[in-house]
Amino acid sequence: MDLAQFFDILWSVRWPILSGIGVTALVSALAIIAGSFVGVFVGLALTYGVLPLRWLARVYTDFIRGTPVLVLVLASFYILGTIGLQLSAFQAGVLALAVFCSSHVGEIVRGALQAIPRGQTEAAKAIGLTFSQTFSYVLMPQAGRQIAPAWVNTAAEIVKASTLLSIIGVAELLLATQEVIARTFMSLPFYFHAGFLYFCINFSIERLGKYVEKKLAIPQS
Amino acid sequence: MPHLLEIRDLHKSFGQTEVLKGVDCAMEQGDVVCVIGSSGSGKTTMLRCINMLEDFEGGTIAIDGQQIGYETQRSQRKRRREREIARQRALTGMVFQQFNLFPHMTALANITLGLIKVKKMRREEANATAERWLDRVGLLERKGRFPGQLSGGQQQRVAIARAIAMNPKLMLFDEVTSALDPELVNEVLQVIKDLARDGMTMLLVTHEMRFAYEVSKRVIFMNEGRIGEEGDPKQMFLKPKTERLAEFLKSSSFH
Ligand SMILES: Nc1ncnc2c1ncn2[C@@H]1O[C@H](COP(=O)(O)OP(=O)(O)OP(=O)(O)O)[C@@H](O)[C@H]1O
Ligand SMILES: [Mg+2]
Repeated sequence: MDLAQFFDILWSVRWPILSGIGVTALVSALAIIAGSFVGVFVGLALTYGVLPLRWLARVYTDFIRGTPVLVLVLASFYILGTIGLQLSAFQAGVLALAVFCSSHVGEIVRGALQAIPRGQTEAAKAIGLTFSQTFSYVLMPQAGRQIAPAWVNTAAEIVKASTLLSIIGVAELLLATQEVIARTFMSLPFYFHAGFLYFCINFSIERLGKYVEKKLAIPQS
Repeated sequence: MPHLLEIRDLHKSFGQTEVLKGVDCAMEQGDVVCVIGSSGSGKTTMLRCINMLEDFEGGTIAIDGQQIGYETQRSQRKRRREREIARQRALTGMVFQQFNLFPHMTALANITLGLIKVKKMRREEANATAERWLDRVGLLERKGRFPGQLSGGQQQRVAIARAIAMNPKLMLFDEVTSALDPELVNEVLQVIKDLARDGMTMLLVTHEMRFAYEVSKRVIFMNEGRIGEEGDPKQMFLKPKTERLAEFLKSSSFH
């Protein structure tokens, strides 16, 4: 079989593949956005929360981080149903990935905030800033720069983890590819093709992260 | 007229260890007071109590008659609300040993942050104030630099400008030259001397005995959480009354 033949077939299945890419991108983007949003609050609770809240956040992050993503996906699809909260496969998938993302972002945010020297908070207090002002103008801008690389890693992990949604029937890129393979019997080239697409997505995320990191860098000497 | 600063019977413990064991001290407007004493005697802790970077369990601190950090209601001592403490902190300006400039902001922005957010100045006014102080510490042409692009001495001068631009009633300096290379110490001490000459009220912890001798109107010798001896620098350095101070001066570099 030559390449031209593969491209012919690829062209004929372009719509299911494109839709798979779209679903992968949408699921990942939703999970990353929601997960990061919640994750910032988890990180704040881990760092500054009063004791019971901090403890709760700690249990949440450790529990989620210690659970395989596949288990999270299956749990949010099957177990939530048994307690009367039946989500569609798509919703359950986004929820599982968002929860996974939030625990990682929470830990990243906590690490970044705690890495800021105590003198920064004290200097801010000394000029009379309140805690929320200190957080917005002194701590968050510094933590944000620290977070960027680790956050990009997490985003790439989410894209990879989105393949697990194929198991509960979300027609993301992997499942779309598998359906194409079932029709065309060309498993090797299509798996390569899917792998290449994932690589492209994550490579772009990484480049974007590098770009943002450079943009935000504080001039030294 | 209340004293500009009045500390009465200040007690402070870290866990079981009592670090300040009843400190009394008063300062008037324009006073320059140096605090000396051996390591661990509680100098830093006293300074940090004055602007509530540390809570304290006993005694009172008042600036211009205003009780700092706590209020007494029906003979109950109560910590003030965080917002109020933040406002009181602006009464004093603090300069730290490690500068603690905000690394993500230019020299100018380091100074304008407090002016805009705490003093509620408009940006143009804040910029003008900040530039005036940067000029005073000789760094106006470096206003766009980030802390990482400045030498230690320059960073410390920006930190002094940041504190003093807030127009505090009292400036607190905690060993502001100890983290500097020897050749950068003088530029910072010179700035402080200029401020002293202009009548700024200052309380300085220092290991620079020669500087303490030259700049201060009064010297306080801290010893194991108490004021061991205090008086004018000439008498303190040349004719110490207590054995402890004599010993301390011998071990330090003052000749
Ligand atoms: N956050 C803290 N927790 C526990 N103990 C502390 C803390 N800060 C200071 N101490 C202790 O309090 C005592 C006084 O410390 P302080 O820093 O006030 O001394 P100092 O006179 O400034 O000394 P130095 O000349 O070394 O700066 C020391 O024994 C120190 O170990
Ligand atoms: Mg000290």
